Amino acid sequence: MATQEEILSGLAEIVNEVAGIDVEDVQLDKSFTEDLDVDSLTMVEVVVAAEDKFGVKIPDEEVKNLSTVGDAVSYIASHAG
Amino acid sequence: MGILDGKRILITGVITDASIAFSVARLAQEEGAEVVLTGFGRLSLVNRIAAKLPKPAPVIELDVTNPEHLAALEANVREHVDGIDGVVHSIAFGPQDALGGNFLNTPAESAKTAFEVSAFSYKSLAMAALPLFGERGGSIVGMDFDAQVAWPGYDWMGVAKAALEATNRYVARDLGAKGIRSNLISAGPVKTMAANSIPGFDRFEGVWDGRAPLGWDLTDAEPAARGVIALLSDWFPKTTGEVIHVDGGLHAIAV
Repeated sequence: MATQEEILSGLAEIVNEVAGIDVEDVQLDKSFTEDLDVDSLTMVEVVVAAEDKFGVKIPDEEVKNLSTVGDAVSYIASHAG
Repeated sequence: MGILDGKRILITGVITDASIAFSVARLAQEEGAEVVLTGFGRLSLVNRIAAKLPKPAPVIELDVTNPEHLAALEANVREHVDGIDGVVHSIAFGPQDALGGNFLNTPAESAKTAFEVSAFSYKSLAMAALPLFGERGGSIVGMDFDAQVAWPGYDWMGVAKAALEATNRYVARDLGAKGIRSNLISAGPVKTMAANSIPGFDRFEGVWDGRAPLGWDLTDAEPAARGVIALLSDWFPKTTGEVIHVDGGLHAIAV
């Protein structure tokens, strides 16, 4: 089971790889769309990469609720198997 | 044994694993076909999704409105297969002001974009792929949404689909002599990336399941994909210029 910190750093690597955003900018309180400028298709790719990395399924209906990096980290933490 | 054994199929329109084109690609591989994908926009995403198919499938970049991409398609496909037996057109786009109840105020430019990307591109793709078909011909299949009636919110995309239905008939007319069939699957609504960007798509929820004699699951792209596979196979040998409804039967029922 990954810790909160491990998930955050793993997610930051994904956001960096997919969207070219600096790893250190990916913080729990940052909004994907407003602070990190991640558009909807880029977000889809972040989600697909996160699903592969953490072995978790994030349904489309859930993706809308993941507005901040912290939302995504908590979702992954509570659903990763 | 699969119904597409030995066939080589070029499939456009995969963007997520919810895409109808993704189900088509998966079933085509399961039925014995060799699949080559084309992707638009976020190729890195298409590559990630392609990796979820049962077998590896190469991804070629293709913007169907870009003449250079169209001209390069034949050579790009030949890097992976020496010809094709089928093409799947699963491409549509309408600018936001062409959808969602703005019908009477949509500027011509936006309506033209919807037409160019969603209907004219069917002819463009057919022509770009034409040199890849062998003497036995093959099958081209496009994705339709019933354009005989007006839908809430679908607006100029509905007009573009009507144009696609007509384009399909003319492509069938002009490529028939080469043994190439052209048909559309008119599918019920499926919750894909494309559907999520149609304002008011949620108004279809429930309506479909209540009225379609066979019922309908908005989250299941497989029925529509199976229709595509059937049209790609040798089992519709004398069907062309046709629109086959895979909609649970809703098109036949008034209320």
